[in-house]
Amino acid sequence: MKSAKFAVSVIALAAAAGVAEARDQIQIAGSSTVLPYATIVAEAFGENFDFPTPVVEGGGSGAGRKKLCEGVGENTIDIANSSSRIKQSDIDTCKANGVDEIMEVRIGYDGIVFASDVNGAEFAFTPADWYNALAAKVMVDGALVDNPNKSWSDVNAALPAQAIQAYIPGTKHGTREVFDVKVLEAGCEATGAAEAMKAAGDEKAEGCLALRTDGASVDIDGDYTETLARLDANKTAIGVFGLSFYENNTDKLRVATMDGIVPSTDSIATGEYPVSRPLFFYVKKAHIGVIPGLKEYVEFFVSDEMAGPDGPLAAYGLVSDPELAATQAMIANETPMAPLN
Amino acid sequence: MTDATATQTPPRRGGLLELDARTRRRNAAEARFRLYGLIAVGIGMLALVLLLISVLSSGLGAFQQTSLRLDVTLTEKALDKTGSRDPEVMKKVTTITYGKLLEQALAKTIEDKGIVIDGLSKTDIKDMISKDAAARVRDRVLAHPDLIGETVPFTVLANGRIDGYLKGRVTMDSAQRDSNVSPNQLLLADALRADGTLYKAFNWAFITAPDASELRPEAAGLGVAILGSAYMMIVVLCLSLPLGVATSIYLEEFAPKNRITDLIEVNISNLAAVPSIVFGILGLAIFINFAGLPQSAPIVGGLVLTLMTLPTIIISTRAALKAVPPSIRDAALGIGASKMQSIFHHVLPLAMPGILTGTIIGLAQALGETAPLLLIGMVAFVREYPDAPPEGFFDPASALPVQVYNWTQRADPAFVERASGAIIVLLVFLLAMNAVAILLRRRFERRW
Repeated sequence: MKSAKFAVSVIALAAAAGVAEARDQIQIAGSSTVLPYATIVAEAFGENFDFPTPVVEGGGSGAGRKKLCEGVGENTIDIANSSSRIKQSDIDTCKANGVDEIMEVRIGYDGIVFASDVNGAEFAFTPADWYNALAAKVMVDGALVDNPNKSWSDVNAALPAQAIQAYIPGTKHGTREVFDVKVLEAGCEATGAAEAMKAAGDEKAEGCLALRTDGASVDIDGDYTETLARLDANKTAIGVFGLSFYENNTDKLRVATMDGIVPSTDSIATGEYPVSRPLFFYVKKAHIGVIPGLKEYVEFFVSDEMAGPDGPLAAYGLVSDPELAATQAMIANETPMAPLN
Repeated sequence: MTDATATQTPPRRGGLLELDARTRRRNAAEARFRLYGLIAVGIGMLALVLLLISVLSSGLGAFQQTSLRLDVTLTEKALDKTGSRDPEVMKKVTTITYGKLLEQALAKTIEDKGIVIDGLSKTDIKDMISKDAAARVRDRVLAHPDLIGETVPFTVLANGRIDGYLKGRVTMDSAQRDSNVSPNQLLLADALRADGTLYKAFNWAFITAPDASELRPEAAGLGVAILGSAYMMIVVLCLSLPLGVATSIYLEEFAPKNRITDLIEVNISNLAAVPSIVFGILGLAIFINFAGLPQSAPIVGGLVLTLMTLPTIIISTRAALKAVPPSIRDAALGIGASKMQSIFHHVLPLAMPGILTGTIIGLAQALGETAPLLLIGMVAFVREYPDAPPEGFFDPASALPVQVYNWTQRADPAFVERASGAIIVLLVFLLAMNAVAILLRRRFERRW
């Protein structure tokens, strides 16, 4: 093993011949939901500062946090973008690899919208409608039965008589987590199915997240562009999108309301629209002062100029965080995040 | 004699020119088989034509881009309040200020030309111009501070939606529903186009410019990706050609035939069939985690692709060496050449066309490879051009196929056109490489 490592290092060194310079650009990886925002900031940062444009990679929230926790040093990334909050297991891995202090930066909120083809029917949903449409087991006349609903009008007489066909994000997406919690679990509670499941011995009501498998609900593992292409092919289907994606494709999509609220940056900021989530990035504190421009980038990201309600991020679809000033102060003081509670 | 043969073969019924049932059946079977073959070729051609039509129809637009000609007044009050022309002070002025100057310039142009559109708002005017434009103007002013105070003609990119309107992607109808463009802007575009302020021209920036964020698809280009791909190909060529040729010569000419060499041979053939993503995992484990090479760097991409290309090159080189007739070797040895002399003076030159063809095909394969690059951080947003080699091998870069993958995932519809445009560029490179391979073979191939 040792000789193998030596041989590889020799090859690497021979190739590196004299290139021992320090890394001078920030490296970022993680959530594909945060990716467009990070690229917008990186681009503006490279234009307006003397530092090189940061390199931003996608790959998913979990993968990004894992990379962040690989250790300290120039070969590890500086920032992990994440569309869900860091988990205790990530923090433990980080600790084990010497990454003791992480700064948690909340950049704003993202909404999740339900949309169909622009020429399709109008939909006004509630979480209960979605639960009754997609769940494996639903309540009918006070008993849990296999989902019998064929069309949206079976679910709720007020909805159009259109066959149920939904394209929802696959389980590897952070978006799915929000869909599970804010739509399916909420619907499960509202219809009373959760209670029936608990009574039947499923104490945590895990059955709430079990979806029907007859093809009415299709997991999309690709990006929103794939969901959009599916909607294009099947005009009567409903797709689940991020708010920013919808805002960039308003000419092709008709958005549905949830609990009577139209999703918009305003209705999400006020908390009226129920299906939203905070977006984060996590900074490796040990790299501040080592990687040139890292603190400046983080400060620039959460500045009012970028992340404020009139900034380019809001123009792209980010819901500005009302507590942005607190985040700015936290970064100025380089306060690491407190333990998760 | 004649009688004997006559009794042995049964007399043929009917004349030679008259077909019996069996012959007819055989002929019909052959005709059917030919038809099947033709149908197969036809389906293949049809698939190719459809692919090309779909790529070309959606991608050719990327080679044209809409620009605006604007006379921008670079006011000293906005750009250099102190009047010191000190670059450090002037750098404090961000692109936002420059964006405002551009907006004023366009508003003035509209006024000067007497264009009147009801309900045209300030945002409508501002959003006609690409967000990339402010950065270009700022760069130029910082490079030439003496421009401040003057009115300078600039050519800046128009917004992606306006570009889409000129290309037919955005219509009045879709603009009604689109929250990123208003019908008023399209009317303004028509008016500006009529007097030549707004025009479409060949888009060199698509080949040279770096990638751009989702807010400005009109500015996105392939510059970094082409450089990254070129760097990787240099690494692959420099490593896999000598390694591959040396391996093949040894195995083909010197190695004893025993179990160990048999094992090596079988493994080389197996390696050629290993899915490329496996090499990516290997590269991540060895080159990045173990040897500590940087992420997203062409050197790592090149090393991984070298591993992938080596078996292809070894197999084709060995085939080329085998095809050299033994008489050449025997003759060389017979007049007293050493084994090495016979190989380097006679066998290798004759095998060269085959080796080069194999190498180029291997490189072309490596050029189009995406999967292993996903794992080593090459699928990233990179805007800085890598330095000149050798330092540049260690700078972050993108690659052509990866850029295609990247752009297909973007939300803005303008990136669809860019992705197809990138496919066209990639196809042109691949075709050129294959053409070189064919040329080399035609030019140097020798038949015995």
